[in-house]
Amino acid sequence: MATATPTPKVNHIGLPVLDYRGGKTTLCAGCGHNAISERIIDAMFEMGVQPERVMKMSGIGCSSKSPAYFMSRAHSFNSVHGRMPSVSTGAILANHTMKMLGVSGDGDTASIGMGQFVHLLRRNLPMIYIIEDNGVYGLTKGQFSATADIGSKLKTGVINDLPAIDTCALAIQLGATFVGRSFSGDKRQLLSMLKAAIAHKGTVMLDVISPCVTFNDHEGSTKSYKFMQENDEPINEIGFVASFDEIDVDYGSGEVYEVEMHDGSNLRLRKLHEDYDPTDKANAVRTLMESQLNDEILTGVFYIDTQKPTFIDHLNIVDEPLGTLPESVTRPPKSALDALMTSLQ
Amino acid sequence: MATGDLALGQVEGAISVCERVTNDFSINVATVNGSGSQSANSVLLKSIFGMGVPVSGKNLFPSNIAGLPTWYTIRASKDGYVARKRESEVLVALNPETAKQDVLDLPAGGVAIYEEKLNLNQYRDDVVFYPVPFDAITAAVCPEAKLSKLVRNMVYVGVVAQLLSIDLSVVENGLRKQFAKKVKVFELNYGAVKAGFDYATEKLTKHDPYVIERMNQTAGKIIIDGNAAAGMGALFAGVTVVAWYPITPSTSVVEATTDLLKKFRVTPEGKATFAVIQAEDELAAIGMVLGAGWAGARSMTATSGPGISLMAEFSGLGYYAEIPGVIFDVQRTGPSTGMPTRTSQADLLSVAFLSHGDTKHIVLLPGSVKECYELGYKAFDLAERLQTPIFVLSDLDLGMNNWMSEPFEYPTTPLDRGKVLTKEDLDRLGGFARYRDVDGDAIGWRTLPGTDHPKAAYFTRGSGHNDAEGYTEKPDEYVEVMERLSRKFENARKLVPGPVTVKDGTSKIGILAYGSTDFALQESLDQVKKEYGTSVDYMRIRAYPFAHEIHDFVASHERVYVVEQDRDAQLASLLKLDLPADQVVKLRSILHYNGLPLDARTITEEFATREGL
Repeated sequence: MATATPTPKVNHIGLPVLDYRGGKTTLCAGCGHNAISERIIDAMFEMGVQPERVMKMSGIGCSSKSPAYFMSRAHSFNSVHGRMPSVSTGAILANHTMKMLGVSGDGDTASIGMGQFVHLLRRNLPMIYIIEDNGVYGLTKGQFSATADIGSKLKTGVINDLPAIDTCALAIQLGATFVGRSFSGDKRQLLSMLKAAIAHKGTVMLDVISPCVTFNDHEGSTKSYKFMQENDEPINEIGFVASFDEIDVDYGSGEVYEVEMHDGSNLRLRKLHEDYDPTDKANAVRTLMESQLNDEILTGVFYIDTQKPTFIDHLNIVDEPLGTLPESVTRPPKSALDALMTSLQ
Repeated sequence: MATGDLALGQVEGAISVCERVTNDFSINVATVNGSGSQSANSVLLKSIFGMGVPVSGKNLFPSNIAGLPTWYTIRASKDGYVARKRESEVLVALNPETAKQDVLDLPAGGVAIYEEKLNLNQYRDDVVFYPVPFDAITAAVCPEAKLSKLVRNMVYVGVVAQLLSIDLSVVENGLRKQFAKKVKVFELNYGAVKAGFDYATEKLTKHDPYVIERMNQTAGKIIIDGNAAAGMGALFAGVTVVAWYPITPSTSVVEATTDLLKKFRVTPEGKATFAVIQAEDELAAIGMVLGAGWAGARSMTATSGPGISLMAEFSGLGYYAEIPGVIFDVQRTGPSTGMPTRTSQADLLSVAFLSHGDTKHIVLLPGSVKECYELGYKAFDLAERLQTPIFVLSDLDLGMNNWMSEPFEYPTTPLDRGKVLTKEDLDRLGGFARYRDVDGDAIGWRTLPGTDHPKAAYFTRGSGHNDAEGYTEKPDEYVEVMERLSRKFENARKLVPGPVTVKDGTSKIGILAYGSTDFALQESLDQVKKEYGTSVDYMRIRAYPFAHEIHDFVASHERVYVVEQDRDAQLASLLKLDLPADQVVKLRSILHYNGLPLDARTITEEFATREGL
């Protein structure tokens, strides 16, 4: 008798990790973006998110291709360059019962997309917004983007003489309610951060340094694997306990900042920098500005606010998705038109 | 002597009142913008309407908040003509800055009602002058200096009503309606109207021929502007997501829609069955519309020329990725910022082909306030049926001015939500290919995010795709999708609103036009017939792509004039792209594009010259 094939491991909604996979990547071998796609798969699988309940959004660029490489069972919208925020806003308004995850790049966000990005943050739109940040334009062969650090060097020897836009500091200042930075090479940190992001209710803005092996992984780059391995400076260590998890981790009091998430999960941020309080907005921005002056690459969860109402809360819309409300609800009766006509006579 | 009972035939001074001009003249009210004259103008318009006389109003206003000249013309027409008339016979001169020129612009025999301090009677001796101490009258009824600027305008309504024999009770009713629940405001304003009326009764002697007499031509009719009508169209289309960025002259489309949604679309629990978002710009507005349309909402935006330019890239995505959405474009003059408060039809070509790379759009062309409503709600059905952005092209004249109309009718067909597969469909089919033409109508089936089936999801992209939504750079796969899109557009000829043949005679001459041109054109056709004895056939186009009847119309006439409100003959150009080569030579253009609403005389003169009449 043949040995029984081992049953694949399933998550708490009964799906194997295979059901979270996407198409085969067409990005370069070793591209940081692929590692991020893997972590998204892991996080969605471990959190037991039903793939059909997810909308994957993106703009244009290498990063924006990546939604094709994870979760094929989720609807996906690859929009136009820099405009993922507006399409996402419309989509979530049509169906606010969905979980939305957007993948953008540093060019797609901090240059062409800046106008829409800042307004998405301001609205605290319920979505996870990931910047796959490599400091260069890949598809057009390696021009600097607006997140490239001052003084960093292109392969061609060109030095960047403009300061980087710190998307995290910006996101905190403008109203995002979960802001963090990670590195595609730090599996553990990124996975915990993504799981916590899934449990969060408002705008999650994650800047994930994701080296471009083809155009920005050389000596002189501040977004290379080597540079990140040497300079990554976590501000806190992220522990995440999902609402359905039974196993608990015990931390000594005083060294952990504990956050109760919207869905009942627990986010535990072990302080690595003395007394860093991730709910203090002004301090978070100051810390990031100081780190930039000191040439440090801080990672971790910089800011979290689980109480602030989202854009959907402000709009006070019905619980059902607007997009599929029946005609009996959306088209007023003839008496309504008659009354309007009478008032105009 | 009091004026109201002036006997016919009585001669006063130099001007005879023998020939009364009844219910057929225009009133021009010259004020300063920001002075609250709109309410007064509206009350006067509705008073004439209340007298049963066909009427239309036009606001000629500056792109400014306060302090610049504004003119409001009210045309009373016993024959029911509602287009602009070139000349206004009765002037109410309340703006010192323009008063002299306003008087000089009056036709001989015209009337000037003016603030007496302006001494306007020095400029003409062939005009009837009625000096009125507006400031003194206002001060007497409204001691509060803050309000006097607003109330002053109501004084003119009283004076005009008395001079034109409009019943005071009709004005009172109109005013009551205007200030529905604000009793104190009504009283203050009515006091001003009454003071003006009484002043005219006691101090002015009527010696001009213009009078309003009761008719029965407005019973059952409504007065509304095109933008408010479009808002009603959106409401009865069941719109659920509205994203917009303020821009004149489209702003009031969304304001009207929002007011209606708040009134009719809030559940007993106080929850909204809609979302209205003021976006950061037009790029975001159209992005939101498409995001919402993709996820199943009936979504819309409203904009004007500069906004249309900004929406170009997303419009191409909507066309290629096949996403429904409705865009109201209330046209104003261009190029660039142009004259933001002046009317135009010059967006037609840019809208029809908005975006790069073989993009073309379905464009609906309402020609009345009623059609702003009807084509307004039909646009949402077409958007979902054809899975594409639908543009509704109105203009400032139609959208922002008050028009008389038959009451709107309730839609007779249920909402057409288009080809959407449900979970049950997918259970049965086992899967689907998003862009495959399985029904031979060139329209694929789509699914909405959230459909609970492992095969429901698909990848939406603006990049090259095959019929199963996979990324492609293969020539044949790319061409296949593009060809199908072309077939879909071709099929739309039969689905869009067909043309309206307004005059169906036996003439060899035809006229084609669309939108607000209709008002002046109808009057012009009567002028041509009356003055030259020439009958002309007229077909009013209501959508692009052009229905086959339009081809037939051109084919059955020797020459066809295309009348439109732009410099570059855009409608004629679009027709030339569509018609067979031997038909193209039949087209000739009559163009008007100075920003003012088109008037009948302009068309008649040009037509007569071209035809050698």
